[in-house]
Amino acid sequence: MSLFSNTSVLLGKELRTEFRSRELLTTTVVFILMIVVLFSFTFDPTREESRRFGPGLLWLAFLFAASLMLQPGFLREQTNDTLSALRLSVSDPFAIFLSKLCANTLFLLITELLLLPIFAVLYNVPLLGVVPQLALVLFLGSLGLSVTGTTLSAISAQARMRELLLPLLLLPLLTPLLIASTEATAALFAENPVLRWDWLAFLIAFDVIFLTAVWLFGEYLLEE
Amino acid sequence: MSPAETRRIGLRLENIDKRYGGLYALRRVSLEIEPGECVAFAGRNGSGKTTLLRIAAQLVRPSAGKLTFSPAQNDSERATKNTGFVAHATMVYDELTAEENLMLFARLLEIPEPAHRVESLLRDVGLLERRGSLVRTFSRGMRQRVAIARALLHEPSVLLLDEPATGLDPQGVSWLAATLRRLRDAGSTILMSLHGESEISGLATRGIRLDAGAVVADTRTGANLPSILTFADA
Repeated sequence: MSLFSNTSVLLGKELRTEFRSRELLTTTVVFILMIVVLFSFTFDPTREESRRFGPGLLWLAFLFAASLMLQPGFLREQTNDTLSALRLSVSDPFAIFLSKLCANTLFLLITELLLLPIFAVLYNVPLLGVVPQLALVLFLGSLGLSVTGTTLSAISAQARMRELLLPLLLLPLLTPLLIASTEATAALFAENPVLRWDWLAFLIAFDVIFLTAVWLFGEYLLEE
Repeated sequence: MSPAETRRIGLRLENIDKRYGGLYALRRVSLEIEPGECVAFAGRNGSGKTTLLRIAAQLVRPSAGKLTFSPAQNDSERATKNTGFVAHATMVYDELTAEENLMLFARLLEIPEPAHRVESLLRDVGLLERRGSLVRTFSRGMRQRVAIARALLHEPSVLLLDEPATGLDPQGVSWLAATLRRLRDAGSTILMSLHGESEISGLATRGIRLDAGAVVADTRTGANLPSILTFADA
């Protein structure tokens, strides 16, 4: 019970601080909006090209958003050594990680939710018919981004060159997730949309494996 | 009855080394801290006081040697019930108010009636009227008061204080000394790093001086205590 009660208390703190300052959400939303708009103006894709290249562009934008959004998660805890205070206060250190993971996934999903309608309009991709399926792909992909990104954010926060380290570690590690998410999304953007369960299974496996690894070894990530 | 009155906890450090790369922060430190002792650590900057306290808090893992508690504790007991730590940094969130900070940690520590305890502590540290202000708007001394209140939330049996009087005005130092005296008399084990003599150092029942990561003096004799604490600054 302590894990869940500690996690919910810490998640409340994460949400309160972010919604009070809105620093992360505002900058990330503006950043990925710029990416999507600039790509649209630069390539001026046809509807067919949008169907082919749109999913890749979309997930690249989400990946950039994640690398921007996930960086401060543990960095903020270094400012006043609050991570040490949390480690002394929680019964299960995994609660610290889990609360940040939940917050990061939620922030990423909010960003994606704001971006999707603009993407649909700019790239002329009809999304209304596949909203539930797309939501599932977005959730599994975003969870994978957050699990990996939050873990690497904990590692990079204690390193020198931390601002560079996270994207350098994150981008190669997320390549399989990026491929699976892009393929699953592309199948939904096709003339005859289908939910590709093979890629969904891959995403679920990715999420479960990384989450289990962090659950088993996460405490070491929080040590000085 | 406070936890300190029901559980008295001692610490035993055996041949503790801490290396950062090739640099020794602590070198073969062995200490037996009896339950209820109030130990003042003195030493020049970089002598290893902070590292020793962080190892005692189990925030830093020693490179060699062993830390044990008596009676033995499991990890969750240690973390949630028994240790309070005031570090150099305030260990509170600038973006939260004083009350939100204390409520956050009170809930994590699963303190019964957290709102009541937080209000009482805010009154004690003189911040009740500023309870709704963001910590980032506070002066250094006010932040230190919040930091001390956070460490005292659960009336810990082991209290670790790294230069706790930093930034406090004379009133704050007197309040802190009175609070520590009460905790010491109730049986809490207190380890604190200090610079020179003060109202707080007068509470110490034992003085230990560190130099270059090693214990160079250790006394429980009242007459020798001030010399242990002031030598480093001489």
